[in-house]
Amino acid sequence: MSWINILIPGILLGGYYALLASGLSFLFGVMRIINLAHGSLAVLAAYAIWIMADRHEINPFIGVLILLPFMAMLGWALHRLIFERSLKGGALIPILSTFGLAMLIDNLLFQNFGADTRSLAPYVDSLAYDSWELPGNVYVGQLSVIVFVTALLVLGGLHLLLAHTHLGRRIRAAAQDSDAAQLVGIDARRTYAIASAIALMLVALAGLSLALRTTFDPYAGPLQLIFAFEAVVIGGAGSLWGTLLGGVILGVAQSVGAHVHPQGFLIAGHLVFLIILIARLYVLDRLAVGLRRLRGGSQ
Amino acid sequence: MLLSASGIHHRFGSLVVLNKVDFSVSSGEAVGIVGPNGAGKTTLLNVLAGALRPLAGEVRFRDAAITGLDAAERCRLGIGRSHQIPRPFLGMTVFENLITAAMHGGRFLAEEGHQRCIDSLQLTGMMQVANRRADTLGLLDRKRLELARALATDPALLLLDEIGGGLTDGEAAELVGIILEIRRRGITIVWIEHIVHILVQVVGRLICMDAGQVIADGDPKTVLGDKEVIDAYLGGVAA
Repeated sequence: MSWINILIPGILLGGYYALLASGLSFLFGVMRIINLAHGSLAVLAAYAIWIMADRHEINPFIGVLILLPFMAMLGWALHRLIFERSLKGGALIPILSTFGLAMLIDNLLFQNFGADTRSLAPYVDSLAYDSWELPGNVYVGQLSVIVFVTALLVLGGLHLLLAHTHLGRRIRAAAQDSDAAQLVGIDARRTYAIASAIALMLVALAGLSLALRTTFDPYAGPLQLIFAFEAVVIGGAGSLWGTLLGGVILGVAQSVGAHVHPQGFLIAGHLVFLIILIARLYVLDRLAVGLRRLRGGSQ
Repeated sequence: MLLSASGIHHRFGSLVVLNKVDFSVSSGEAVGIVGPNGAGKTTLLNVLAGALRPLAGEVRFRDAAITGLDAAERCRLGIGRSHQIPRPFLGMTVFENLITAAMHGGRFLAEEGHQRCIDSLQLTGMMQVANRRADTLGLLDRKRLELARALATDPALLLLDEIGGGLTDGEAAELVGIILEIRRRGITIVWIEHIVHILVQVVGRLICMDAGQVIADGDPKTVLGDKEVIDAYLGGVAA
Protein backbone atom coordinates (compact mmCIF):
# COMPACT_ATOMS: atom_id res chain seq x y z
CA MET A 1 0.00 0.00 0.00
CA SER A 2 2.76 2.40 0.87
CA TRP A 3 4.31 1.90 -2.58
CA ILE A 4 1.12 3.03 -4.23
CA ASN A 5 1.16 6.10 -2.04
CA ILE A 6 4.64 6.81 -3.35
CA LEU A 7 4.02 5.92 -6.98
CA ILE A 8 0.81 7.88 -7.48
CA PRO A 9 2.13 11.20 -6.20
CA GLY A 10 5.24 10.56 -8.30
CA ILE A 11 3.19 10.04 -11.43
CA LEU A 12 1.08 13.11 -10.69
CA LEU A 13 4.21 15.16 -10.03
CA GLY A 14 5.33 13.98 -13.46
CA GLY A 15 2.28 15.75 -14.86
CA TYR A 16 3.62 19.00 -13.49
CA TYR A 17 7.03 18.35 -15.02
CA ALA A 18 5.43 17.51 -18.35
CA LEU A 19 3.44 20.76 -18.26
CA LEU A 20 6.60 22.66 -17.33
CA ALA A 21 8.59 20.95 -20.06
CA SER A 22 5.98 21.25 -22.82
CA GLY A 23 6.92 24.84 -23.67
CA LEU A 24 10.62 24.04 -23.70
CA SER A 25 10.05 20.94 -25.82
CA PHE A 26 7.74 22.76 -28.24
CA LEU A 27 10.14 25.64 -28.82
CA PHE A 28 13.01 23.24 -29.34
CA GLY A 29 10.99 21.05 -31.67
CA VAL A 30 9.88 23.92 -33.87
CA MET A 31 12.85 26.27 -33.84
CA ARG A 32 15.75 24.27 -32.40
CA ILE A 33 16.09 26.89 -29.69
CA ILE A 34 17.11 25.77 -26.21
CA ASN A 35 15.44 28.45 -24.14
CA LEU A 36 17.45 28.75 -20.93
CA ALA A 37 15.08 31.48 -19.73
CA HIS A 38 12.24 28.95 -19.63
CA GLY A 39 12.24 28.50 -15.84
CA SER A 40 12.65 32.21 -15.17
CA LEU A 41 9.78 33.03 -17.52
CA ALA A 42 7.60 30.57 -15.61
CA VAL A 43 8.51 32.33 -12.35
CA LEU A 44 7.78 35.69 -14.00
CA ALA A 45 4.32 34.38 -14.92
CA ALA A 46 3.88 33.15 -11.35
CA TYR A 47 4.64 36.66 -10.04
CA ALA A 48 2.20 38.22 -12.50
CA ILE A 49 -0.59 35.92 -11.30
CA TRP A 50 0.45 36.49 -7.69
CA ILE A 51 0.18 40.29 -8.11
CA MET A 52 -3.31 39.93 -9.55
CA ALA A 53 -4.32 37.68 -6.66
CA ASP A 54 -2.64 39.66 -3.90
CA ARG A 55 -3.30 43.24 -4.96
CA HIS A 56 -6.51 42.92 -6.95
CA GLU A 57 -8.07 39.82 -5.42
CA ILE A 58 -8.33 38.04 -8.73
CA ASN A 59 -8.64 34.27 -8.43
CA PRO A 60 -5.43 32.67 -9.82
CA PHE A 61 -7.42 30.55 -12.28
CA ILE A 62 -9.01 33.72 -13.69
CA GLY A 63 -5.65 35.48 -13.42
CA VAL A 64 -3.93 32.99 -15.70
CA LEU A 65 -6.62 33.52 -18.34
CA ILE A 66 -5.97 37.26 -18.21
CA LEU A 67 -2.24 36.60 -18.40
CA LEU A 68 -2.35 34.26 -21.42
CA PRO A 69 -2.74 36.94 -24.14
CA PHE A 70 0.04 38.99 -22.56
CA MET A 71 2.34 35.97 -22.49
CA ALA A 72 1.49 35.36 -26.15
CA MET A 73 2.51 38.93 -26.96
CA LEU A 74 5.67 38.52 -24.91
CA GLY A 75 6.44 35.36 -26.91
CA TRP A 76 5.93 37.23 -30.17
CA ALA A 77 8.20 40.05 -28.97
CA LEU A 78 10.88 37.65 -27.69
CA HIS A 79 10.93 36.00 -31.08
CA ARG A 80 11.38 39.28 -32.93
CA LEU A 81 13.90 40.73 -30.47
CA ILE A 82 15.93 37.73 -29.33
CA PHE A 83 15.19 34.31 -30.86
CA GLU A 84 15.19 35.36 -34.50
CA ARG A 85 18.31 37.49 -34.24
CA SER A 86 20.29 34.99 -32.22
CA LEU A 87 19.31 32.03 -34.45
CA LYS A 88 21.12 33.72 -37.31
CA GLY A 89 24.34 33.45 -35.29
CA GLY A 90 24.31 29.65 -35.07
CA ALA A 91 23.29 27.11 -32.45
CA LEU A 92 25.27 28.54 -29.54
CA ILE A 93 24.06 32.14 -29.61
CA PRO A 94 20.42 31.38 -28.60
CA ILE A 95 21.74 29.52 -25.56
CA LEU A 96 23.81 32.53 -24.52
CA SER A 97 21.13 35.10 -25.22
CA THR A 98 18.39 33.20 -23.39
CA PHE A 99 20.80 32.64 -20.49
CA GLY A 100 21.25 36.41 -20.38
CA LEU A 101 17.51 36.87 -20.50
CA ALA A 102 17.14 34.48 -17.55
CA MET A 103 19.59 36.51 -15.47
CA LEU A 104 17.82 39.70 -16.41
CA ILE A 105 14.43 38.34 -15.37
CA ASP A 106 15.71 36.80 -12.11
CA ASN A 107 17.39 40.01 -11.01
CA LEU A 108 14.56 42.30 -12.04
CA LEU A 109 12.22 40.11 -10.00
CA PHE A 110 14.61 40.26 -7.06
CA GLN A 111 14.83 44.04 -7.32
CA ASN A 112 11.06 44.42 -7.35
CA PHE A 113 9.89 41.71 -5.00
CA GLY A 114 12.86 41.05 -2.71
CA ALA A 115 13.92 37.65 -1.49
CA ASP A 116 10.60 36.71 0.15
CA THR A 117 9.12 33.42 -0.91
CA ARG A 118 5.54 33.55 -2.16
CA SER A 119 2.86 31.06 -3.01
CA LEU A 120 -0.54 31.13 -4.65
CA ALA A 121 -1.81 28.40 -2.33
CA PRO A 122 -3.45 30.89 0.11
CA TYR A 123 -5.58 32.32 -2.69
CA VAL A 124 -7.39 29.13 -3.64
CA ASP A 125 -8.87 28.15 -0.26
CA SER A 126 -7.63 24.73 0.72
CA LEU A 127 -7.30 23.29 -2.79
CA ALA A 128 -3.54 23.00 -2.42
CA TYR A 129 -3.94 20.64 0.56
CA ASP A 130 -7.18 18.82 -0.19
CA SER A 131 -7.04 15.25 -1.29
CA TRP A 132 -9.34 12.49 -2.35
CA GLU A 133 -9.24 9.14 -0.62
CA LEU A 134 -9.37 6.17 -2.93
CA PRO A 135 -10.28 2.67 -1.76
CA GLY A 136 -7.41 1.01 0.08
CA ASN A 137 -6.16 4.01 2.02
CA VAL A 138 -4.71 5.70 -1.05
CA TYR A 139 -4.69 9.50 -1.06
CA VAL A 140 -4.34 11.70 -4.11
CA GLY A 141 -3.91 15.47 -3.91
CA GLN A 142 -6.68 17.29 -5.75
CA LEU A 143 -4.33 19.96 -7.09
CA SER A 144 -1.91 17.32 -8.37
CA VAL A 145 -4.73 15.63 -10.25
CA ILE A 146 -5.83 18.96 -11.74
CA VAL A 147 -2.28 19.72 -12.87
CA PHE A 148 -1.87 16.22 -14.30
CA VAL A 149 -5.12 16.47 -16.24
CA THR A 150 -4.12 19.93 -17.47
CA ALA A 151 -0.84 18.51 -18.71
CA LEU A 152 -2.72 15.76 -20.56
CA LEU A 153 -5.08 18.29 -22.11
CA VAL A 154 -2.26 20.62 -23.09
CA LEU A 155 -0.13 17.89 -24.65
CA GLY A 156 -3.16 16.33 -26.35
CA GLY A 157 -4.23 19.73 -27.61
CA LEU A 158 -0.77 20.46 -28.97
CA HIS A 159 -0.73 17.07 -30.65
CA LEU A 160 -4.10 17.71 -32.31
CA LEU A 161 -3.02 21.21 -33.31
CA LEU A 162 0.17 19.96 -34.95
CA ALA A 163 -1.30 16.86 -36.54
CA HIS A 164 -4.67 18.00 -37.81
CA THR A 165 -4.87 21.76 -38.35
CA HIS A 166 -3.57 24.02 -41.05
CA LEU A 167 -1.66 26.06 -38.50
CA GLY A 168 -0.12 22.82 -37.24
CA ARG A 169 1.01 21.73 -40.68
CA ARG A 170 2.35 25.20 -41.28
CA ILE A 171 4.37 25.00 -38.05
CA ARG A 172 5.64 21.51 -38.93
CA ALA A 173 6.60 22.61 -42.42
CA ALA A 174 8.50 25.64 -41.14
CA ALA A 175 10.10 23.54 -38.40
CA GLN A 176 11.39 21.02 -40.87
CA ASP A 177 12.67 23.22 -43.66
CA SER A 178 12.02 26.93 -43.48
CA ASP A 179 13.30 27.54 -47.02
CA ALA A 180 11.04 24.90 -48.52
CA ALA A 181 8.17 26.29 -46.44
CA GLN A 182 8.78 29.71 -47.96
CA LEU A 183 8.56 28.12 -51.39
CA VAL A 184 5.03 26.95 -50.80
CA GLY A 185 4.00 30.38 -49.59
CA ILE A 186 4.45 29.99 -45.85
CA ASP A 187 5.75 33.06 -44.03
CA ALA A 188 8.28 31.20 -41.87
CA ARG A 189 9.08 34.24 -39.78
CA ARG A 190 5.47 34.74 -38.79
CA THR A 191 5.03 31.03 -38.16
CA TYR A 192 7.97 31.03 -35.75
CA ALA A 193 6.55 34.06 -33.97
CA ILE A 194 3.24 32.20 -33.52
CA ALA A 195 5.11 29.16 -32.19
CA SER A 196 6.93 31.38 -29.67
CA ALA A 197 3.62 32.86 -28.57
CA ILE A 198 2.23 29.36 -28.01
CA ALA A 199 5.34 28.33 -26.05
CA LEU A 200 5.00 31.35 -23.75
CA MET A 201 1.33 30.57 -23.11
CA LEU A 202 2.43 27.10 -22.02
CA VAL A 203 4.94 28.81 -19.73
CA ALA A 204 2.10 30.76 -18.09
CA LEU A 205 0.28 27.51 -17.26
CA ALA A 206 3.49 26.06 -15.85
CA GLY A 207 4.02 29.20 -13.73
CA LEU A 208 0.51 28.89 -12.30
CA SER A 209 1.04 25.23 -11.41
CA LEU A 210 4.39 25.95 -9.82
CA ALA A 211 2.99 28.74 -7.68
CA LEU A 212 -0.05 26.74 -6.58
CA ARG A 213 1.74 23.57 -5.56
CA THR A 214 4.72 25.11 -3.83
CA THR A 215 6.49 28.36 -3.00
CA PHE A 216 8.61 30.42 -5.34
CA ASP A 217 11.10 33.26 -5.10
CA PRO A 218 12.95 35.37 -7.70
CA TYR A 219 15.68 32.76 -8.11
CA ALA A 220 13.39 29.74 -8.42
CA GLY A 221 13.64 29.74 -12.22
CA PRO A 222 16.90 27.86 -12.81
CA LEU A 223 15.82 24.82 -10.77
CA GLN A 224 12.55 24.64 -12.72
CA LEU A 225 14.58 24.88 -15.91
CA ILE A 226 16.63 21.89 -14.82
CA PHE A 227 13.51 19.82 -14.10
CA ALA A 228 12.02 20.77 -17.46
CA PHE A 229 15.26 20.02 -19.20
CA GLU A 230 15.56 16.62 -17.55
CA ALA A 231 12.00 15.71 -18.50
CA VAL A 232 12.62 16.74 -22.12
CA VAL A 233 15.88 14.83 -22.40
CA ILE A 234 14.54 11.67 -20.72
CA GLY A 235 11.51 11.65 -23.01
CA GLY A 236 13.33 12.58 -26.21
CA ALA A 237 13.76 16.18 -27.31
CA GLY A 238 10.94 17.61 -29.36
CA SER A 239 8.53 14.71 -28.81
CA LEU A 240 5.39 15.75 -26.95
CA TRP A 241 4.29 12.38 -25.60
CA GLY A 242 7.91 11.64 -24.82
CA THR A 243 7.85 14.76 -22.69
CA LEU A 244 4.95 13.35 -20.65
CA LEU A 245 6.79 10.07 -20.22
CA GLY A 246 9.97 11.94 -19.25
CA GLY A 247 8.07 14.00 -16.68
CA VAL A 248 6.50 10.91 -15.15
CA ILE A 249 9.81 9.03 -14.98
CA LEU A 250 11.43 12.03 -13.30
CA GLY A 251 8.51 12.48 -10.87
CA VAL A 252 8.45 8.83 -9.87
CA ALA A 253 12.23 8.74 -9.44
CA GLN A 254 12.13 11.79 -7.16
CA SER A 255 9.22 10.39 -5.22
CA VAL A 256 10.95 7.06 -4.66
CA GLY A 257 14.22 8.85 -3.83
CA ALA A 258 12.52 10.95 -1.18
CA HIS A 259 11.11 7.79 0.37
CA VAL A 260 14.48 6.05 0.49
CA HIS A 261 16.25 8.99 2.06
CA PRO A 262 14.90 12.38 3.21
CA GLN A 263 17.36 14.14 0.94
CA GLY A 264 17.05 11.69 -1.91
CA PHE A 265 14.47 13.71 -3.83
CA LEU A 266 16.77 15.70 -6.12
CA ILE A 267 19.59 13.17 -6.23
CA ALA A 268 17.33 10.35 -7.41
CA GLY A 269 15.91 12.55 -10.17
CA HIS A 270 19.34 13.61 -11.39
CA LEU A 271 20.63 10.03 -11.22
CA VAL A 272 17.81 8.66 -13.35
CA PHE A 273 18.34 11.51 -15.80
CA LEU A 274 22.03 10.72 -16.12
CA ILE A 275 21.48 6.97 -16.40
CA ILE A 276 18.94 7.45 -19.19
CA LEU A 277 21.14 9.99 -20.94
CA ILE A 278 24.09 7.59 -20.94
CA ALA A 279 21.93 4.62 -21.85
CA ARG A 280 20.51 6.57 -24.75
CA LEU A 281 23.96 7.45 -26.03
CA TYR A 282 25.47 3.99 -25.76
CA VAL A 283 22.70 1.45 -25.84
CA LEU A 284 19.51 2.72 -27.41
CA ASP A 285 21.14 4.14 -30.52
CA ARG A 286 22.92 0.87 -31.19
CA LEU A 287 19.71 -1.01 -30.53
CA ALA A 288 17.84 1.20 -32.98
CA VAL A 289 20.49 0.67 -35.65
CA GLY A 290 20.39 -3.08 -35.06
CA LEU A 291 16.61 -3.20 -35.31
CA ARG A 292 16.66 -1.21 -38.51
CA ARG A 293 19.18 -3.60 -40.00
CA LEU A 294 17.00 -6.56 -39.02
CA ARG A 295 14.00 -5.01 -40.71
CA GLY A 296 15.92 -4.88 -43.97
CA GLY A 297 17.34 -1.39 -43.87
CA SER A 298 14.36 0.54 -45.21
CA GLN A 299 16.26 3.81 -44.90
CA MET B 1 5.79 39.67 -70.49
CA LEU B 2 4.88 37.43 -67.58
CA LEU B 3 8.23 37.73 -65.86
CA SER B 4 11.25 39.81 -66.67
CA ALA B 5 14.56 40.40 -65.00
CA SER B 6 16.88 43.16 -66.08
CA GLY B 7 20.44 44.02 -65.21
CA ILE B 8 20.67 41.25 -62.62
CA HIS B 9 24.07 41.38 -61.00
CA HIS B 10 25.35 39.21 -58.20
CA ARG B 11 28.61 37.93 -56.84
CA PHE B 12 29.73 35.61 -54.07
CA GLY B 13 32.87 37.20 -52.63
CA SER B 14 34.94 38.26 -55.62
CA LEU B 15 33.34 35.72 -57.95
CA VAL B 16 30.79 37.36 -60.25
CA VAL B 17 28.03 34.76 -60.72
CA LEU B 18 25.53 36.89 -62.58
CA ASN B 19 26.93 39.63 -64.77
CA LYS B 20 24.15 42.06 -65.74
CA VAL B 21 21.82 39.33 -66.93
CA ASP B 22 18.61 40.19 -68.76
CA PHE B 23 15.96 37.49 -68.90
CA SER B 24 12.30 37.41 -69.74
CA VAL B 25 9.56 34.90 -70.39
CA SER B 26 6.09 35.48 -71.79
CA SER B 27 2.91 33.83 -70.71
CA GLY B 28 2.51 30.25 -71.91
CA GLU B 29 6.11 29.90 -73.00
CA ALA B 30 8.45 27.08 -71.96
CA VAL B 31 12.08 28.11 -71.70
CA GLY B 32 15.04 25.83 -71.06
CA ILE B 33 18.30 27.00 -69.54
CA VAL B 34 21.52 25.09 -70.13
CA GLY B 35 25.13 25.86 -69.38
CA PRO B 36 28.21 24.39 -67.72
CA ASN B 37 28.43 24.00 -63.94
CA GLY B 38 29.00 27.34 -62.27
CA ALA B 39 27.44 29.30 -65.14
CA GLY B 40 24.96 30.90 -62.73
CA LYS B 41 21.81 29.01 -63.72
CA THR B 42 20.64 28.08 -60.25
CA THR B 43 21.62 31.50 -58.93
CA LEU B 44 19.43 33.09 -61.59
CA LEU B 45 16.56 30.80 -60.61
CA ASN B 46 17.09 31.76 -56.96
CA VAL B 47 16.85 35.43 -57.91
CA LEU B 48 13.64 34.81 -59.86
CA ALA B 49 12.11 32.75 -57.04
CA GLY B 50 13.06 35.23 -54.34
CA ALA B 51 15.46 32.97 -52.45
CA LEU B 52 18.30 35.37 -53.18
CA ARG B 53 18.24 39.12 -53.46
CA PRO B 54 20.62 40.31 -56.21
CA LEU B 55 23.11 43.12 -55.59
CA ALA B 56 21.68 45.01 -58.56
CA GLY B 57 18.88 44.64 -61.05
CA GLU B 58 15.12 44.41 -61.09
CA VAL B 59 12.64 41.54 -61.30
CA ARG B 60 9.13 42.23 -62.58
CA PHE B 61 6.15 39.89 -62.57
CA ARG B 62 2.97 40.83 -64.45
CA ASP B 63 4.30 44.39 -64.80
CA ALA B 64 4.90 44.92 -61.08
CA ALA B 65 8.32 45.13 -59.47
CA ILE B 66 8.81 42.16 -57.12
CA THR B 67 12.54 42.55 -56.43
CA GLY B 68 11.90 43.22 -52.73
CA LEU B 69 9.47 40.33 -52.15
CA ASP B 70 10.60 37.11 -50.48
CA ALA B 71 9.96 33.59 -51.75
CA ALA B 72 6.73 33.16 -49.77
CA GLU B 73 5.22 36.35 -51.15
CA ARG B 74 6.25 35.48 -54.71
CA CYS B 75 4.77 32.02 -54.29
CA ARG B 76 1.45 33.55 -53.33
CA LEU B 77 1.65 35.76 -56.44
CA GLY B 78 2.01 32.68 -58.62
CA ILE B 79 5.68 31.76 -58.92
CA GLY B 80 6.23 28.09 -58.05
CA ARG B 81 9.58 26.40 -57.77
CA SER B 82 11.03 22.91 -57.47
CA HIS B 83 14.45 22.12 -56.10
CA GLN B 84 17.24 20.13 -57.69
CA ILE B 85 17.39 17.99 -54.55
CA PRO B 86 13.78 17.39 -53.48
CA ARG B 87 12.87 18.97 -50.17
CA PRO B 88 9.57 17.45 -49.11
CA PHE B 89 8.24 17.90 -45.59
CA LEU B 90 9.35 14.43 -44.50
CA GLY B 91 7.20 13.95 -41.42
CA MET B 92 4.00 14.53 -43.39
CA THR B 93 2.09 12.39 -45.84
CA VAL B 94 2.17 13.28 -49.53
CA PHE B 95 -1.33 14.69 -49.27
CA GLU B 96 -0.44 16.81 -46.24
CA ASN B 97 2.54 18.19 -48.14
CA LEU B 98 0.20 19.28 -50.90
CA ILE B 99 -2.58 20.65 -48.74
CA THR B 100 -0.06 22.77 -46.85
CA ALA B 101 1.14 24.18 -50.16
CA ALA B 102 -2.39 24.71 -51.47
CA MET B 103 -3.63 26.48 -48.35
CA HIS B 104 -0.71 28.86 -48.00
CA GLY B 105 0.84 29.27 -51.41
CA GLY B 106 -2.39 28.88 -53.36
CA ARG B 107 -4.61 30.56 -50.76
CA PHE B 108 -7.29 27.97 -51.43
CA LEU B 109 -10.11 27.41 -48.99
CA ALA B 110 -10.83 23.92 -47.69
CA GLU B 111 -12.91 22.25 -50.42
CA GLU B 112 -11.20 24.00 -53.29
CA GLY B 113 -7.81 23.20 -51.76
CA HIS B 114 -8.59 19.48 -51.56
CA GLN B 115 -9.73 19.49 -55.15
CA ARG B 116 -6.53 21.21 -56.17
CA CYS B 117 -4.43 18.61 -54.35
CA ILE B 118 -6.27 15.71 -55.96
CA ASP B 119 -5.74 17.37 -59.31
CA SER B 120 -2.00 17.73 -58.66
CA LEU B 121 -1.82 14.11 -57.49
CA GLN B 122 -3.51 12.87 -60.64
CA LEU B 123 -1.41 15.00 -62.92
CA THR B 124 1.83 13.76 -61.38
CA GLY B 125 0.61 10.18 -61.04
CA MET B 126 0.88 10.12 -57.26
CA MET B 127 -2.65 9.07 -56.34
CA GLN B 128 -1.61 5.64 -55.08
CA VAL B 129 1.01 7.07 -52.71
CA ALA B 130 -1.08 10.01 -51.46
CA ASN B 131 -1.25 8.66 -47.91
CA ARG B 132 2.35 7.53 -47.65
CA ARG B 133 4.74 9.54 -45.53
CA ALA B 134 7.12 11.55 -47.68
CA ASP B 135 10.19 9.99 -46.04
CA THR B 136 9.21 6.56 -47.38
CA LEU B 137 9.31 7.71 -51.00
CA GLY B 138 12.05 6.89 -53.49
CA LEU B 139 13.81 9.46 -55.65
CA LEU B 140 11.37 9.52 -58.59
CA ASP B 141 8.39 9.88 -56.28
CA ARG B 142 10.16 12.63 -54.34
CA LYS B 143 10.76 14.47 -57.61
CA ARG B 144 7.12 14.04 -58.51
CA LEU B 145 6.10 15.28 -55.07
CA GLU B 146 8.32 18.32 -55.54
CA LEU B 147 6.43 19.01 -58.78
CA ALA B 148 3.02 18.24 -57.30
CA ARG B 149 3.67 20.51 -54.34
CA ALA B 150 4.67 23.37 -56.59
CA LEU B 151 1.54 22.77 -58.70
CA ALA B 152 -0.68 22.80 -55.62
CA THR B 153 0.26 26.44 -55.01
CA ASP B 154 -1.51 27.24 -58.31
CA PRO B 155 1.44 28.81 -60.09
CA ALA B 156 1.27 30.85 -63.29
CA LEU B 157 5.00 30.30 -63.64
CA LEU B 158 6.89 27.17 -62.66
CA LEU B 159 10.65 27.25 -62.09
CA LEU B 160 12.22 23.80 -62.35
CA ASP B 161 15.78 23.15 -61.23
CA GLU B 162 17.33 19.99 -62.71
CA ILE B 163 14.31 17.89 -62.01
CA GLY B 164 15.59 15.16 -64.38
CA GLY B 165 18.91 14.68 -62.59
CA GLY B 166 19.55 11.19 -61.23
CA LEU B 167 16.68 9.53 -63.06
CA THR B 168 16.83 6.59 -65.46
CA ASP B 169 15.78 7.14 -69.09
CA GLY B 170 12.39 5.56 -68.48
CA GLU B 171 11.76 7.67 -65.41
CA ALA B 172 12.88 10.79 -67.24
CA ALA B 173 10.48 10.02 -70.09
CA GLU B 174 7.64 9.79 -67.60
CA LEU B 175 8.64 13.14 -66.15
CA VAL B 176 8.64 14.72 -69.61
CA GLY B 177 5.06 13.53 -70.07
CA ILE B 178 4.01 15.23 -66.85
CA ILE B 179 5.75 18.50 -67.69
CA LEU B 180 4.24 18.53 -71.20
CA GLU B 181 0.81 18.18 -69.62
CA ILE B 182 1.60 21.05 -67.21
CA ARG B 183 2.60 23.18 -70.17
CA ARG B 184 -0.57 22.22 -72.05
CA ARG B 185 -2.56 23.64 -69.15
CA GLY B 186 -1.06 27.04 -69.82
CA ILE B 187 1.49 27.17 -67.01
CA THR B 188 4.64 28.98 -68.06
CA ILE B 189 7.81 26.96 -67.47
CA VAL B 190 11.44 27.90 -66.91
CA TRP B 191 13.51 24.74 -66.69
CA ILE B 192 17.21 24.29 -65.93
CA GLU B 193 18.43 20.89 -67.10
CA HIS B 194 21.67 19.17 -67.98
CA ILE B 195 19.92 16.33 -69.80
CA VAL B 196 19.44 18.26 -73.02
CA HIS B 197 17.57 15.58 -74.95
CA ILE B 198 14.67 15.54 -72.49
CA LEU B 199 14.70 19.31 -72.21
CA VAL B 200 14.23 19.89 -75.93
CA GLN B 201 11.16 17.65 -75.93
CA VAL B 202 9.38 20.27 -73.86
CA VAL B 203 10.80 23.74 -74.40
CA GLY B 204 10.23 26.02 -77.34
CA ARG B 205 13.09 28.31 -76.51
CA LEU B 206 16.54 27.62 -75.16
CA ILE B 207 18.98 29.84 -73.32
CA CYS B 208 22.62 29.01 -72.77
CA MET B 209 24.55 30.63 -69.93
CA ASP B 210 28.25 30.73 -69.29
CA ALA B 211 30.27 32.55 -66.63
CA GLY B 212 27.32 34.58 -65.41
CA GLN B 213 26.14 35.71 -68.84
CA VAL B 214 23.59 34.66 -71.41
CA ILE B 215 25.58 33.63 -74.47
CA ALA B 216 22.74 32.37 -76.65
CA ASP B 217 18.96 32.64 -76.68
CA GLY B 218 16.50 31.35 -79.24
CA ASP B 219 15.21 28.26 -81.01
CA PRO B 220 16.67 25.12 -79.35
CA LYS B 221 18.17 23.75 -82.56
CA THR B 222 19.86 27.02 -83.43
CA VAL B 223 21.20 27.47 -79.90
CA LEU B 224 22.59 23.94 -79.72
CA GLY B 225 24.27 24.46 -83.08
CA ASP B 226 25.84 27.76 -82.05
CA LYS B 227 29.64 27.63 -82.03
CA GLU B 228 30.00 29.58 -78.79
CA VAL B 229 27.54 27.22 -77.08
CA ILE B 230 29.37 24.15 -78.32
CA ASP B 231 32.66 25.53 -77.02
CA ALA B 232 31.29 26.54 -73.63
CA TYR B 233 28.87 23.76 -72.85
CA LEU B 234 29.13 20.76 -75.06
CA GLY B 235 32.86 21.02 -74.61
CA GLY B 236 35.79 21.44 -76.89
CA VAL B 237 35.68 17.66 -77.45
CA ALA B 238 33.05 17.82 -80.15
CA ALA B 239 34.61 20.82 -81.81
